[in-house]
Amino acid sequence: MTFSAHLTTRRELLVTSGALFAWAYMPRLALSEGRDPRFLVIVLRGALDGLAAVAPVGDPDWVRLRGSDALLISGDTAALPLDNFFALNPAMPNLYRMYKAGQASIVHAVASPYRERSHFDGQDVLESGLTRPGGDTGWLNRALLSLQPGERVRGKDAFAVGPITPLLARGPAPVLSWTPSRLQPASNDTLSRLLDLYQHTDPGLAKALQERTALAAIASGGMQASEGRPARPVLAYFNEAASGAARFMARPDGPRVGALAFDGWDTHSNEGATHGRLSVLLGALDGALAAIESGLGEAWKETVVAVVTEFGRTARINGTEGTDHGTGTVALLAGGALKGGRVVADWPSLADNALYENRDLKPTTDLRAVMKGILRDHLRADERVLASTVFPGSEHVKPLAGLLA
Amino acid sequence: MALPRAQSAIALNRFGFMPKAAAPTDARGALLADLDNPAAGQINNSDLLSVGEAFRALVAFRQEEKAERLAKAAALSSNPSEMVAPASNDSVKPDMAKPDVAARPMLGVPQQIYLKEAQARFDVALAAETGFVERLVWFWSNHFCVSADKGPVRALCGAFEREAIRSHVRGKFFDMLLAVETHPAMLLYLDNAQSIGPNSFAGQRRNKGLNENLAREIMELHTVGVRSGYSQADVTNFAKVITGWSVVPPRQPEGGVFIFNPRQHEPGAERVLGRDYADNGFEQGRSVLLTLARSPATAKHVATKLARHFVADAPPQSLIDLLAKRFQDTDGDLKEVSRALVTAPEAWNAPASKLRRPSEWLVDSMRALSLPAPNVQPLLNVQNLLGEPLWRPPAPNGFSDDSAAWMDGLAQRLDIANNLARRAGPLTDPETVAERTLGPLLSDETKQTLARAESRPQAIALLLMAPEFQRR
Repeated sequence: MTFSAHLTTRRELLVTSGALFAWAYMPRLALSEGRDPRFLVIVLRGALDGLAAVAPVGDPDWVRLRGSDALLISGDTAALPLDNFFALNPAMPNLYRMYKAGQASIVHAVASPYRERSHFDGQDVLESGLTRPGGDTGWLNRALLSLQPGERVRGKDAFAVGPITPLLARGPAPVLSWTPSRLQPASNDTLSRLLDLYQHTDPGLAKALQERTALAAIASGGMQASEGRPARPVLAYFNEAASGAARFMARPDGPRVGALAFDGWDTHSNEGATHGRLSVLLGALDGALAAIESGLGEAWKETVVAVVTEFGRTARINGTEGTDHGTGTVALLAGGALKGGRVVADWPSLADNALYENRDLKPTTDLRAVMKGILRDHLRADERVLASTVFPGSEHVKPLAGLLA
Repeated sequence: MALPRAQSAIALNRFGFMPKAAAPTDARGALLADLDNPAAGQINNSDLLSVGEAFRALVAFRQEEKAERLAKAAALSSNPSEMVAPASNDSVKPDMAKPDVAARPMLGVPQQIYLKEAQARFDVALAAETGFVERLVWFWSNHFCVSADKGPVRALCGAFEREAIRSHVRGKFFDMLLAVETHPAMLLYLDNAQSIGPNSFAGQRRNKGLNENLAREIMELHTVGVRSGYSQADVTNFAKVITGWSVVPPRQPEGGVFIFNPRQHEPGAERVLGRDYADNGFEQGRSVLLTLARSPATAKHVATKLARHFVADAPPQSLIDLLAKRFQDTDGDLKEVSRALVTAPEAWNAPASKLRRPSEWLVDSMRALSLPAPNVQPLLNVQNLLGEPLWRPPAPNGFSDDSAAWMDGLAQRLDIANNLARRAGPLTDPETVAERTLGPLLSDETKQTLARAESRPQAIALLLMAPEFQRR
């Protein structure tokens, strides 16, 4: 991988997804304690099905709700047992390994304060840190502003100021960006939505698109886009973005706090938690986490990676073997700085009368509490600032303590 | 006369670019007003070079390059030890191991000129009101195309479009034709600058001769059209007529501009398409061009191409006839022909069936998303990727105007749409953009697809790819 001062050609067309947005400074307070903490936020856009990622296999209603799509701890695609109640999707062996080593935690039945079901608004709330959509700066950026800036990050040769910064990282604190050189392909989800539209409105375009993408898939040696499985380029892209980001954050003079985003989690039909699309996406995310771990090297010990999404999906499978927009979901935490090996959950149960609006996993933990806990204990952000400017109106949401080692 | 909203939207898309602000209520009036606006389709940028200045700059640059090469070679031959390959030599500077960005050679002068011209072209398209005149410029520039990939043309193609096309886009066809065929870019692109009459002064002294490339393409592509009844003898004779249409050597102080060089010109009268043209020097060729411009075959050829470009791959014959008649009735007045195009009912009633060309789709997408274009290179890359590199058509017949030719790039368009959508930023609201740009043309299916997208950028990408956005 090479970087140049001039973001030329295709790279300027590139995008927030997979791009690393990093703070231009090092956190001085933590450094003065002799620590050198790293914090990376990964946003999964499209709403991750938390129940399919981390299944409550011990809940008596689990199999009833998901039927043949329910992850189980037995069978040929057995989920990986986290404790005697939760099990991890088998597509994530690396996260499982980290969990067993005390370097990963799961927070379940978690949600931002947003309670509607629009992706756009949900992502706004997730990233802005406000309680409602609107606002043009992100909580991560405002949190950086409250940290005392230390040395400026080196890397004019590696970073550009991103014109397309995601909301999460937008704001007054100076942010740099780096984008993998690979041109991010449109996700298979986008492709299948477009094909669907063409098939209903313009058969000529449908035919052309179908033929060309089939050819392209063969040319790139990727797998066929059958059953809505993401093609191999997406996996490669996750991996390149993650390992590139990690290598930057590993450098002594590199950035310490950053954000990435991955798309494609809106699994309305043929979700494929064990064999299909979601399984491949989770596998790609798992690969990205492993790439971050190895890319960071020694610095992994001082790292927290938080994987978050705008909301969850319906507890029940819908009529097309998928799930619709829901509420409660998971946050995945990984990194050597964690006191890991735990599923943190005030489990609401999956009984019909316990579901939120009789359809979604009821959120019992506020995602802001998780982020506040990490920002306070890992980066030494001031608790009052967290309650007032980073997550305004969150005085009653206490930082979740004890996440860090 | 007010038109139904949907028809009006189709017409704005068909003849112009995507509206940047709310679409005008009187679409036809807005398009006609564009024709009457003298600033439309014009580039006023004093930084841009005339063809002569560009050509002289290019030659000066080439001479400098050559001098540097010679100096280096001389230095090496006087100090041969430096030629020893430094492989496995510990004294190699460490930064030699990896390419140093700063040490990369600067862009050459021709490419600098090309990029500046390209930037000016994108700027004017992105800023245009309805964009009708700009679309006409693009049409004529493709009709009379030159290629930046041929020799010095890279430095001259921007000046060509400004000097030969833009200046005459609302003028007479003959004036545009004459400006095109006497422009150094065209004379070099189609080899006429070197064409020498065998019996001319130069032809008798040097063993060089006729090149009929330009003469043939003028007839086949620029005027009467292929299979319109001309013979090989017509081509050869016409080629003789325009010998001497050349370029002043660019090393001269006022070089790089058109010249009629009598020493290259084939002496004598010539018969072209059944008519004899006495040898009165430059006027001989001018007279043939005038005859060609006034030929009914040219009117038909131009009318067909206009209708095919703007309305449909297989345009209604009645529209072609109407445009051809207007062309002939007005002695090829392009403003009147353009006016006839936007007032013809056939041009408004046809369904949106044409696939936008990559260049159109790119500018339309940028306008729809209000994306700035501070650096032209990524835009050029998009056009390269989609098979329509700016001012670099594969052959003198220009880029195809047949939708089928562009279907291949649909999958790449999706990746580009994906990236443009992300550049627009996470706060760009797809519904607002869709309503402003396509409004009444949006199908329920498209609206639903946008509303159900998993993110705003995905919705924007789908909007740019929607059939209503792809076709016009």
